[in-house]
Amino acid sequence: MAWFKKTKDTSSEKKVKIPEGLWIKCEGCKEIVYRKEINKNLKVCPKCNYHFRIGARERLKLLVDEGSFTELDGGLISGDPLNFKDTISYKDRIKENQKKSGLKEAVISGNALIKGYPVCLVVMDFSFMGGSMGSVVGEKIVRAAERCLEEKRTLITISSSGGARMQEGIFSLMQMAKVSAAMAKLKDNGILFISVISDPTFGGVTASFVMLGDIIIAEPRSLIGFAGPRVIEQTIKQPLPEDFQRAEFLLAYGLIDMVVDRKNLREVLAKLIELLQ
Amino acid sequence: MIRYYLEFEKPIEELEIKIEELKRLSDGKDIDISSEIKRLEKKVRDLRSDIFSTLTPWQKTLVARHPERPYTLDYINMTCSDFIELHGDRRFSDDPSIVGGIAKIKNIPVVILGHQKGRGTKERIYRNFGQPHPEGYRKALRLMKIAERFKRPVITFIDTPGAYPGVGAEERGQAEAIAVNLMEMSRLRVPVVTIVIGEGGSGGALAIGVADRLYMLEHSIYSVISPEGCSAILWKKAGEIGTDDFSRAANALKLTAQDLLSFNIIDDIIPEPLGGAHRDPEGTAGKISDFILKAFEELKTKTPSKLVEERYKRLRKIGSFLEETK
Repeated sequence: MAWFKKTKDTSSEKKVKIPEGLWIKCEGCKEIVYRKEINKNLKVCPKCNYHFRIGARERLKLLVDEGSFTELDGGLISGDPLNFKDTISYKDRIKENQKKSGLKEAVISGNALIKGYPVCLVVMDFSFMGGSMGSVVGEKIVRAAERCLEEKRTLITISSSGGARMQEGIFSLMQMAKVSAAMAKLKDNGILFISVISDPTFGGVTASFVMLGDIIIAEPRSLIGFAGPRVIEQTIKQPLPEDFQRAEFLLAYGLIDMVVDRKNLREVLAKLIELLQ
Repeated sequence: MIRYYLEFEKPIEELEIKIEELKRLSDGKDIDISSEIKRLEKKVRDLRSDIFSTLTPWQKTLVARHPERPYTLDYINMTCSDFIELHGDRRFSDDPSIVGGIAKIKNIPVVILGHQKGRGTKERIYRNFGQPHPEGYRKALRLMKIAERFKRPVITFIDTPGAYPGVGAEERGQAEAIAVNLMEMSRLRVPVVTIVIGEGGSGGALAIGVADRLYMLEHSIYSVISPEGCSAILWKKAGEIGTDDFSRAANALKLTAQDLLSFNIIDDIIPEPLGGAHRDPEGTAGKISDFILKAFEELKTKTPSKLVEERYKRLRKIGSFLEETK
């Protein structure tokens, strides 16, 4: 009697990927929206302005001058320093994620132009192991920063990450210090660094390069923090305030500079570079 | 004296109780059982030596968190003279889970600071179990900047389960406070020596640990996530995770001092007395002091720029990856 069984998984509230199909349910307003309409609208709900998560490649397309992006350091592949194994080995998990996401790692980086301004972009993709930062992500960020120093480019990072990557243990933790040290070099040399935060950004990623931007921008309603909301709830044993850890909450507490709609991001970035760099 | 024994120390506890009893029995009486006591004492020593030379990563985690283990203030008091504690971040408050100040170690003036856990329920709560808020990290940075201004080396002790996950901490920018410390420590123009004395819990530990020399006590741990946190993520079995899972996670995370030395993440391991640092706090403090002075000796000829450059290089090379060439 399998025909009436409910097969849809409703356990996870927040899905990373937009399910296939003509219609999708907006996670912001819970309305059923025509899929094509969302896609046409930069993956933003036309009814409530909910910003769906988007992949790194899509993000690049929205931001850079057409045809100007050159991917760099794309050949970097994770090692397995801990020989880590949980239900499956880390090596297999990487392969699985590469297949699933079509990416080699959780970050794509390279040089591009935004309205003619030379930038180095580092874009995280949540669909690859939750955008977690291990050795490759750390290395790509540092190389991007070093390139910005050499070529006098503006550094722009677009984050979306659960934090440091557990499977590389202490190596992941140390990436936090490594990328932060690279950001110090940018500050010492007057290179502009704009940190753009998208949903969700947490842990060792927030607590390293993300919060070190000269300018910090977040997409509307993005969840941003150090500790995850579930961990906090378990610790304090109280329900969390409405809007806790949302972009607008961080703006109110003075932790970021602005909340910018996806459709305006390219304009805002170009303007900031024009005014500062 | 009542001592706290860990689960795997039970055989030691039994023997030690027996020895105590024998000593009491023989006290003031003519029967001579001193040879029996000696025999048992040797047995305890051997047993302890056996147990402690083969500690599993999870057992080491428990030793690192042992309630009698010396904490930052204990080590400051045992290694330094003239300690003057400084307080507050000048922004919001004073965080008692990070302590620090100025002091002298073997006549060298230093800035010394670290995470502080509490002893006993009341102090534990006061110290927030060694889990800092943003103001703790900002206080730490303020002290390090004082060190830089007055050209004093910095010593930091790491001993925290992690930065505190709470509403106020998020509102006041926990992530920003940690990030800024990482960045500022990487370019601090004075020598920095860090010692992991107990638990090195993730970003909240690293936030005072970007150093020129990094040492770990023999039974301390340092990890991106706690074994408990790791097993909760990996083996979500409807709230039924237990010691076996923690043990598995502790193995997988490679979080012991010995692991980190083999990865070249730390510079050296500071030996602990048999049974752990709490068995001989003074002896452990002496060893710590030796390592600090050795590090100062190695670093004292380096110019500020050289220090910063070498610190950057240390961090720059950390990572495990392959590079495919197209």
